[in-house]
Amino acid sequence: MTDMNDNRLSSAKQLETLRKTILSKRDAEKPIITVCTGTACQAYGSLEIYRRFVEELERQGVEGSVLETKSTGCHGFCEQGPVVVIFPREICYVRVQLDDVPEIVSTTVAGGDVIERLVYRDPNTQEAIPKESDIPFYKRQMRLVFGNNRYIDPREIDDYIALGGYAALSKALLRMTPGEVLEEIKESNLRGRGGGGFPAGLKWETTRDASTGSKYVIVNCDEGDPGAYMDRAIMEGNPHAVLEGLVIGAYAIGSHDGFVYVRQEYPIAYENTMNAIDQARDYGLLGSDILGSGFDFEVVVHRGAGAFVSGESTALMSAIEGKVGEPRMKYIRTAVSGVKGMPTCLNNVETWANVPLIIERGAGWFKSIGTEGSKGTKIFSLVGKVNNTGLVEVPMGMTLRQLIYDIGGGIPQGKKFKAVQTGGPSGGVLPEQYLDTPIDFDELTGLGSMMGSGGMVVMDEDTCMVDTARYFVSFCCDESCGQCIPCREGLRTLRDILTDICEGKGKGGDIEAIEDIAEVMEDASLCALGGTAANPVLTTLKYFRDEYEAHIKENRCPAEACKALTSYYVDPAKCSACMICLRACPTEAIHGEKGIVHWIDQEKCIKCTTCYEVCPTRFSAVRRLSGEPLPPPPAPGTKVTREKKR
Amino acid sequence: MKAAVSRAQTKGSTRASRAVKKTVGRYNADPDMLIQILLDLQTTLGWLSPGVLADVSEQLGVPVSRVYHIASFYKAFSLVPRGRHIIKVCMGTACQVRGAPQLVNVIASMLNMKPGETSEDRRFTLETVNCLGCCAMGPVIAVDGVYHSKPTTEDLRSIFKGAR
Ligand SMILES: Cc1cc2nc3c(=O)[nH]c(=O)nc-3n(C[C@H](O)[C@H](O)[C@H](O)COP(=O)(O)O)c2cc1C
Ligand code: FES
Repeated sequence: MTDMNDNRLSSAKQLETLRKTILSKRDAEKPIITVCTGTACQAYGSLEIYRRFVEELERQGVEGSVLETKSTGCHGFCEQGPVVVIFPREICYVRVQLDDVPEIVSTTVAGGDVIERLVYRDPNTQEAIPKESDIPFYKRQMRLVFGNNRYIDPREIDDYIALGGYAALSKALLRMTPGEVLEEIKESNLRGRGGGGFPAGLKWETTRDASTGSKYVIVNCDEGDPGAYMDRAIMEGNPHAVLEGLVIGAYAIGSHDGFVYVRQEYPIAYENTMNAIDQARDYGLLGSDILGSGFDFEVVVHRGAGAFVSGESTALMSAIEGKVGEPRMKYIRTAVSGVKGMPTCLNNVETWANVPLIIERGAGWFKSIGTEGSKGTKIFSLVGKVNNTGLVEVPMGMTLRQLIYDIGGGIPQGKKFKAVQTGGPSGGVLPEQYLDTPIDFDELTGLGSMMGSGGMVVMDEDTCMVDTARYFVSFCCDESCGQCIPCREGLRTLRDILTDICEGKGKGGDIEAIEDIAEVMEDASLCALGGTAANPVLTTLKYFRDEYEAHIKENRCPAEACKALTSYYVDPAKCSACMICLRACPTEAIHGEKGIVHWIDQEKCIKCTTCYEVCPTRFSAVRRLSGEPLPPPPAPGTKVTREKKR
Repeated sequence: MKAAVSRAQTKGSTRASRAVKKTVGRYNADPDMLIQILLDLQTTLGWLSPGVLADVSEQLGVPVSRVYHIASFYKAFSLVPRGRHIIKVCMGTACQVRGAPQLVNVIASMLNMKPGETSEDRRFTLETVNCLGCCAMGPVIAVDGVYHSKPTTEDLRSIFKGAR
């Protein structure tokens, strides 16, 4: 890579000319076929679908009438993948299979007609909705940061530039002083999207003012919250937006070296980031004398090696130095002394991705969105027991209910909502009575949970709250680096107590012991992992104490979820001997034959719920029992007594 | 069921030595890149033998204790040989509430091995992981990097049968 190549842009004008040249080669009338190749859609086979489109266009001879077949990053509606959208009409096809491709090419691309079968249908009204942005899941979102994913091939910088990409960088570097950039971000009140919600502008200012000499800026894409994947979707689907934000920040702070820290579990994000860096460097948008401004900036990518605690700021910085990613005491903030003892500004992926928008459209615009204390939008990973799972971006201030019901489409299979978990292992669960809470950093913290990085896991009546607490505690216990005693020993003891309760071995005094340990952990842990790890326990205790008590006092799991307290039983009066559960049982624990009622060998049963789930609802013969005695199995060879369906 | 580490493996095979040399070279023998180097070696070699760790330590000029500290701290590294087929079962929150604990039980009982183990014939390694990053598809497993969403007993039987 030489600095003197032909593609380098050395002024705002050249960037603008490049954008116009790219646009002039594009014909707005011609269809563009975009195939989502985000991780989820890829898992459903979208790469093959993409290739089939390319082949099929050639085979049917419609190549020339199509502008492009594009593989894009995640659109967000992962539940419905693989997703194919045909622009400019924005016809959206969901759950597309390989065999659908020839028909899409002949009917929609060449013929201009919509294929009803492949269109999304509203599960409540059965209405077919062909246009992507009309689908309720998208319609109520405000996709400022995430919305461009669907127009961009993340491996093509030109796609980003065509949409006005790097214009904010050009504005910042060539028309604003570093101080003005910093003031704009401060004025916007952009708060960190990685967990704590710390004002980005203040952190930048501390780093800028810390000392002279080298300074570093870092993108945190460690995304450790299990159940959240919005950072992945941005980094994979629109890496240039993050890079652009990073360079703008570096300019404001006076840093010339940056890092992107991506967890190794995200190989596509890593590849796309590496590729984006090469392309940006080729255009002179990274490297020396960026856009002819005289500002130099280089960036290096590091992969995380699989440790939740390494996402914490001090730990991440050690990892970047090639040391074990363990946190240290923050007597001095990393903004003052971070990588190699130099002032270092670390922000989350989504925080950086907001920066170009603010610079381009102004702090006033940004502040017009959201609540008093939380401005702009937030991307959530809406997952768990909700109909429309996927990534959603909404303005701050939207209520949890709107998010879960209007966008998420409510709870599947008519089950009852129980709780929503936000903030990952540092956050908490909120029950139904708080569903009208607006999404806002301070509101959620006030209820004992937190915004966190954007995981939003919906739980229904089948989720046990004690088990949920046990899950998060054992997660943190496994992930604790073990340096400090409150975290290491506190978590271990909490896990033992909670495991006992889930196994029916809970005793009086357990709840009080949990509360005591939680208090010590909160006060005395070295880093926020231990300091917040008790939140899931405390919130479940606060809102679902009766579930704890049912486990301890009645040996009963109200959600019928805890293995040790739940049994499965085939009701002989209802069993039709259809063999379905018998075949599906992975441990061959179910006995019986055609015409002979089935029964479960409790010794062999691993309580995997398979039989309960596969038993046809018209029979509903498999029952879950908790806190009551198990009836004896039927005598061998008992014939079906269930009345035949009329 | 820990697979035994034979003497030849502790010596560091020639293939492994070559891989170390190449990888360290690619990162200009920069000690800051230690984790990145180990990640690449883990991918190329499938595990990090004592010989490999010793070679890395020597070539980077980093104490072997630090190399071990890192190799044992992070989940991405394996200090014992792994199976030919790696089964990762996601235990992230989204998968958790959609039945991942039951799924891992099913898989464990089908293969007659516990999470974290490698089968004696080195055919499978069964691992649990925190989040595979496609939570909308949960519960998810990845077999040799191929993701499977909500696999049924039937699906699992055929996936395992296909992995010789
Ligand atoms: C145990 C632990 C894990 C963390 N993991 C992440 C992570 O994966 N991604 C992230 O952006 N922030 C993570 N954080 C928060 C970071 O320490 C830091 O506050 C954040 O990256 C700052 O960026 P922001 O101000 O833009 O939010 C973690 C914190 C702790 C205590
Ligand atoms: S929780 Fe399983 S993929 Fe994220």
